[in-house]
Amino acid sequence: MCNRKDGPMAETKRVIERPLSPHLQIYRPQLTSITSILTRITGNALIVAALLIVWWLLAASTGPEAFETANGVVTGWFGDLVLSLSVWALWYHYFAGLRHLYFDAGKGLDVRTAETLGWIVIIGSVCMALFTLIVI
Amino acid sequence: MRYLTARKRAEGKGASHSGTEHHWRMQVSAAGLAVLVPTFIFMVGSAIGGTHAEVLEAFSSPFLVILTALVLVVGMQHFASGCRMAIEDYTHGSMRKGLIMLVYGLSYAITATGLFALAKIAL
Repeated sequence: MCNRKDGPMAETKRVIERPLSPHLQIYRPQLTSITSILTRITGNALIVAALLIVWWLLAASTGPEAFETANGVVTGWFGDLVLSLSVWALWYHYFAGLRHLYFDAGKGLDVRTAETLGWIVIIGSVCMALFTLIVI
Repeated sequence: MRYLTARKRAEGKGASHSGTEHHWRMQVSAAGLAVLVPTFIFMVGSAIGGTHAEVLEAFSSPFLVILTALVLVVGMQHFASGCRMAIEDYTHGSMRKGLIMLVYGLSYAITATGLFALAKIAL
């Protein structure tokens, strides 16, 4: 860094262009970090579907009027939207969770493999969600 | 001379105070759910949208009732542990304690309610 000619004093006078961090305007998100945070988001978001389905089940056990109310919401536009997104979220969390178990075993941690696994999680979850929604 | 082993002196000094126990529990419940969820999603997905009679009929099958009970118990435990991890990452102090209590309470309430409904329909 500082050779004998300049000495430490010369170093301080020079204007040093250091990168300002974090550079949010030109920051390139990585596939690995996005797929990782989506695992947490989908996992936590699934609580909405759990609440809806348990409410629907409780209503079914209570009687016909209660079931009509719950079933109206669960099979209405709101329920359709939440449950369709939840089907994708569940498959996403499923594949991403398997990927985490694989990572935890100390495997697939080089960048190339990790990114390939990220694409498998994204494409696999979309395909399985569409397949599930068609079949059920 | 100290009779404590190096391990005994180190135990409980980590940030979590419980070693890898929490992470291990997540791995165990994840593996369990990996087995349960594919069948669950197709069976319950087919049951949703049916008439009241059809839904009662579907949940009179011991297989679906046991499967749903397992997904509820293991899934809610997995949710509570995972959500706790997120809370511990982003919050501190009383907020952290309150949110963890809330999440565990919610998870236990959902589990108990679901098991009650299943038992009432199936038995």
